Amino acid sequence: MAPSACPKLKSIDLNFYYGTYKALHGISIEIHERKVTAFIGPSGCGKSTFLRTMNRMNEALRNTRVEGQLLLDGEDIFPMEVSGLRRRVGMVFQRPNPFPKSIYDNVAYGPRVNGSVRRGDMDAKVEQSLRGAALWDEVKDKLHKSAFDLSGGQQQRLCIARALAVDPEVLLLDEPCSALDPIATSKIEELLFELKKICTIVIVTHNMQQAARVADYTGFFLLGKLIEFADTKVIFKNPTKKETEDYITGRFG
Amino acid sequence: MASQAPTLQDTRATRVSGLRSFFNMDGVAQALVWVAGWAIVAITAVLVFELWMNSAETRQKFGFDFLFSTTWDPVNGDFGALPFIFGTLATSAVALIIAVPLGIGASIFLAELAPPRISDALTFCIELLAAVPSVIFGLIGIFVLVPALQVMVPWLKAGLGFLPIFSGAFYGVSILSAGVVLAVMIVPFIISISREVLMAVPRDLREAALALGATQWESTWQVVLPFAKVGVIGSVFLALARALGETMAVTMVVGNTPKIQASLLAPGYSIAAVIANEFPEAGGIQMSALIELGLVLFTLTIIINGAARLLILATETKGAK
Amino acid sequence: MTAALSFRRKATNLTMLTLSAVCTVVAVGVLIFILGYLLFRGGSDLSWDFFTKLPVPVGETGGGMANAIVGSAKVLLFATCIGVPIGFLGGVYLAEYSGARAAAAIRFVTDLLNGVPSIIIGIFAYTLIVVPMKKFSALAGGAALGIMMIPIALRSTEEFLRAVPNNMREGAMALGATKWKSVATVIIPAAIRGIISGMMLNLARVAGETAPLLFTALNNQYWSPGFGNAIATLPVMIFTYAIAPYEELHKQAWAAGFVLLSLVLAVNITARTIIASGTHKAR
Repeated sequence: MAPSACPKLKSIDLNFYYGTYKALHGISIEIHERKVTAFIGPSGCGKSTFLRTMNRMNEALRNTRVEGQLLLDGEDIFPMEVSGLRRRVGMVFQRPNPFPKSIYDNVAYGPRVNGSVRRGDMDAKVEQSLRGAALWDEVKDKLHKSAFDLSGGQQQRLCIARALAVDPEVLLLDEPCSALDPIATSKIEELLFELKKICTIVIVTHNMQQAARVADYTGFFLLGKLIEFADTKVIFKNPTKKETEDYITGRFG
Repeated sequence: MASQAPTLQDTRATRVSGLRSFFNMDGVAQALVWVAGWAIVAITAVLVFELWMNSAETRQKFGFDFLFSTTWDPVNGDFGALPFIFGTLATSAVALIIAVPLGIGASIFLAELAPPRISDALTFCIELLAAVPSVIFGLIGIFVLVPALQVMVPWLKAGLGFLPIFSGAFYGVSILSAGVVLAVMIVPFIISISREVLMAVPRDLREAALALGATQWESTWQVVLPFAKVGVIGSVFLALARALGETMAVTMVVGNTPKIQASLLAPGYSIAAVIANEFPEAGGIQMSALIELGLVLFTLTIIINGAARLLILATETKGAK
Repeated sequence: MTAALSFRRKATNLTMLTLSAVCTVVAVGVLIFILGYLLFRGGSDLSWDFFTKLPVPVGETGGGMANAIVGSAKVLLFATCIGVPIGFLGGVYLAEYSGARAAAAIRFVTDLLNGVPSIIIGIFAYTLIVVPMKKFSALAGGAALGIMMIPIALRSTEEFLRAVPNNMREGAMALGATKWKSVATVIIPAAIRGIISGMMLNLARVAGETAPLLFTALNNQYWSPGFGNAIATLPVMIFTYAIAPYEELHKQAWAAGFVLLSLVLAVNITARTIIASGTHKAR
């Protein structure tokens, strides 16, 4: 296990249930600050479920239950006020989901509902967030056009900008490139290198090469268990577990 | 330590601590929409309660005889519902006899034959027909349909006058006139719902029939329609419920005579029509009798409506599989 | 298969398909006939006086239905104040807040209320408002129409909200929006065109209702001040004049019918066009 003085996020023996089905089995992990951590594994392995537990998005589903602890800067997230937690731990989804509003209003949405940016500073905040998502140059002349007019890749970067506008400490990305073409994907990957300077990133991907390219640390999930978690180089060159090796060499999954 | 994640219910109830929680918009909004949602249940409950309480006098005085007595005598305070129940059922039956073949025929054309754009345009027109206020149908009924029937009925009697349902004198206003107006009013409901039910029938079923050499009609009649049968019947029930409760158009052309006569050419009366005509001037036991009639009509339409919803639901889920 | 049988099948096919087309033509023809006839009868009797003058006693010519036009507007205004908020908020409750069982129960009751004949809603408003107030009023008529609006207002709001993709809700929640904020600032705005169009259709539907007004709003030959008095409305005027034995009144009834139908159909066409264009835009 990679050592760390102060993990940004830490889960301790976390179990998760959909009804009676146990989807996560005793996940314990430490996510390092300002690094990119990737979760890989075959579909249904629990990687997305775990990601969505980190900002409690799974609570919106009926009949779910969590056991164990998940600490953000040492504080358990489950007793926290949920919207406050989600302000600190942002999320970008598999399919771009811009709101049916203008580009500007999409980015300004978070600061507005949270009241975190003064009205006069909003333009600057929107620009800063769009620059942070490497989208500013493409949209600066059409900020008040509908977000639906953008291409899929632009929409996804808009969703990243939207998430950045609330200054999250952690950004969760749930297979953010699965609906995008290779060029749009490469733009998002480049973006992650910039983003990790300002926040901690956790990305779920079904694409092993993507994890190898972007992640500092990689965790391998199988059947609801975290099989192995280590430095990305170790996972891809020298995995200690047989299952991990089988998966990355394509022997199953 | 095992901490259980809050359920959705808890999440909604999460309060911001401190002063802000006093005017917590989330709590207020949740309470507000909850009240609005259940207000409908409360309103409906009060509606049933009012009908029940305000008809107590006649319910106690006449009991179940109310449903079977043919007397309607406000002067002497003797009331029976049978002529109105008969008139309501008879006008609706005439309406169904005309509207069902017409409606199903048109829905077959719209769902199976017409090109989508034409089908959509025609359906749009037919839905507009459903939006025409009933008092307008009544107006057309009085001034167009009744005179037209006065020309046509003599021919009808010449051909079918030996049947008791076409016997007797015809003065224009009658069960038949009311039935025809009702038919025009309910046809749009049958068409638009049946069309949707037919369109929900899986495409491969049609193609299978056609591939086996069936003609278009055979595929429709022998495969599509049987599959959608329950839903189509549901649309007919829904239309029937509308016909039973329809007030204005019937009041204007039915003749408003509380008698049970075999001939469709004779004037009659319906539950809704007698309420509309007598309620404003009624008092005491007559009002109680009218409200009890309302209760009878309410029960009748609820049963028919409930059956319709179940039938339509049944086919829609079948088609979705 | 013999050629004769095949011919019979072909003939049946052709006959039945033609018949089904004839049914459609009849149904659509009735609409066109009603529109055309109202235009012919009502349009010719329509004059500026109709919109500006009060009804005149039988025997005098001229006069109009200014009071009934204003009366309808007042009754509908009050109906909207009752039907739209309850229906809209109830729809939000069903689409966004309620559990599955509560939703099923409320939906069931809503469908039930929607199926109640309008004359019975009239009785209800009578016992609820006319009896305690001891007089017929615009309020009672408006309440009756308002109650009639609730079921459709609720179901159409619910349906348009449900049509908003779930990832919008997730997107808003992931930015730290509370439940209500995400509903109020993302979900409702995304559905608002449909919701408003649904409300317009709903209003147009009750605008033509006559039966629930007969013994709630009653009628009035003159202006009705405020909301606490018996009031004339267009549909009740049409009914009253149509069954009266005077040719002058019949003409007024046709003119009123023409005005009422034009308004109802105009609202219907506008609202349905908006809804249809909205569904094209949805991704």
